[in-house]
Amino acid sequence: MLNPKLKLNNKVWNDDVEQAPIRQGFGEGLLEAGIADENIVGLCADLTESTKMQAFAERFPKRFIQVGVAEQNLATVASGMAAMGKLPFISSYAMFSPGRNWEQIRTTITYNDRAVIIAGSHAGISVGPDGGTHQALEDIAIMRVLPNMIVVTPCDSIEAKKATRALAKMKKPAYIRLAREKSPIITTVDTPFEVGKAQVLYAPDGIAHVGVIASGALVYNALRAARHLEKNGIRVKVVNIGTIKPLDTETILALAKETRAIVTVEEHQIAGGMGSAVAEFLVSVYPVAVEFLGVKDVYGQSGTPNELIEKYEMGIDSIEKAIKKVLDRKNL
Amino acid sequence: MLRDEKIIELETTANNIRESIIEMLLEAKSGHSAGPLGMADIFTYLFFHALKHDPKNPTWVERDRFILSNGHICPVYYATMAHAGYFPIEELKTLRKLGSRLQGHPHREWLPFVETSSGPLGSGLSQAAGMALADKIDHGDITTRRIYCVMSDGELQEGNSWEAIMLASKYKLHNLVAIVDYNNIQIEGYVENVMPLAPLVEKWKSFNWNVIEIDGHNFSAIDEAFDQAKTVFEKPTVIIARTIPGKGVDFMEYDFHWHGTPPNAEQAKKALEELRTLGGKIKSEHQ
Repeated sequence: MLNPKLKLNNKVWNDDVEQAPIRQGFGEGLLEAGIADENIVGLCADLTESTKMQAFAERFPKRFIQVGVAEQNLATVASGMAAMGKLPFISSYAMFSPGRNWEQIRTTITYNDRAVIIAGSHAGISVGPDGGTHQALEDIAIMRVLPNMIVVTPCDSIEAKKATRALAKMKKPAYIRLAREKSPIITTVDTPFEVGKAQVLYAPDGIAHVGVIASGALVYNALRAARHLEKNGIRVKVVNIGTIKPLDTETILALAKETRAIVTVEEHQIAGGMGSAVAEFLVSVYPVAVEFLGVKDVYGQSGTPNELIEKYEMGIDSIEKAIKKVLDRKNL
Repeated sequence: MLRDEKIIELETTANNIRESIIEMLLEAKSGHSAGPLGMADIFTYLFFHALKHDPKNPTWVERDRFILSNGHICPVYYATMAHAGYFPIEELKTLRKLGSRLQGHPHREWLPFVETSSGPLGSGLSQAAGMALADKIDHGDITTRRIYCVMSDGELQEGNSWEAIMLASKYKLHNLVAIVDYNNIQIEGYVENVMPLAPLVEKWKSFNWNVIEIDGHNFSAIDEAFDQAKTVFEKPTVIIARTIPGKGVDFMEYDFHWHGTPPNAEQAKKALEELRTLGGKIKSEHQ
């Protein structure tokens, strides 16, 4: 059942569960953070509406910088503003920022340890019809590898809003991963949120057989899979990782000890992503069987978000298969 | 306008800085020679005349900002900082050594008053533009703070440089002054052969910058350019400084092979002799 302590959306199982794009929560959070802290500035590379920075830009025109289609400038101008005491949020599509401007982020933001918050929208394969050029599937890897960088992957719009506000208070280099498509609302305004804290969203009665660690909008699919399998006698615990760096090793270790079988689910290349981060940790302290769901070293293509999630095996059925597979491996 | 005595003082300081550059590169056994020697005059002018700064209080909030975009010429940056009193001149000998504050390319967290880390080319001007933007947000068009950015000609081959150039003119960053070290060399040869920049003055002008071209070794000309920049309120200023790579050391001048090479012991001895005697004009104190 859903973890009652987290005050999750009790309509999450309904077919007509409310949906909103994760990026929308970022836009709302940025506006609120901007009202609370006048040092916050927003910079965008010609995607103000798409990345939901529009509300901030309209409310604070003097604190909004339109850099044009120039992502390298986006990161470096922000670094300069941070050096003068501003707290810049920069937004674009994840494919372009942090995709195109990685070295600038490394040298001028993380190597410099300047507090700039990078919002990468349209991450993952569910970007859909725009096709493979616009589907960022490598962003987690290239951000989590940087010392000083925080990497946050909200599971829904409400969590994205909380994460944005939390990052504004932390004043450290950070990457927040956002998605374009509407996705089910899992949390509520009353759900606690903390950067660096993973949460057990779903726990079966009794000791779980398998632990699923999911990130982003795919947390919803993981929940559906867990609930369905429970009816068939397979007990699955679902963790929303929330933050990929710093990793909540305590929660992951507890899950591994309980289940000795883990499935990771992310809209990202398997190589270098959230699953890799989990595995890097577990193999050195408590090795257990792990199945990785994500994109398998290929690029995406055009299609509807749902078609792509199914085609690239991140849908509910695929998660269930992976759960059964890891269970078989454990029981060998 | 600079008085004659001031000019002599600056020239003497620049010469001392060049000596330090040779000494530290010899000790480090790696690093860049030509660019640092070529920029010694402009660094001297900045740190001993133009910049509002306090070496004993590097984080003074009212200070001007100085950004070195082409981090590889940091020997001149470090030597000038040491001579200006930021840290002991003796420390220059730790350049590029394990644990040294004087990293091979500047790291802001290791050394006070290095406003940003640099080395990868093309992103210093955009950081300087960000600083100028932030300063204008806080203090408006009447700000008297100056953000100075030294950059190389070679890094104008980076797209990021031109992104910054566009942004600075869009936001009319009059508080931003770029200084381009136009020495026409880069690692693999002459800039005009590797990837031509000419006509450079026209390029900057067409991007709506106030452009001043000077001889980067003439203190009067440098001074006039910095003063003229302060009279322009609608545009950022770029000072395109024609410099001689390896300036002051005869056998290094104009030779691109000295871009990324340090002198060996014999070459350093010869270079120091030339610098200490001002090219044979005076007796060295070491003689």
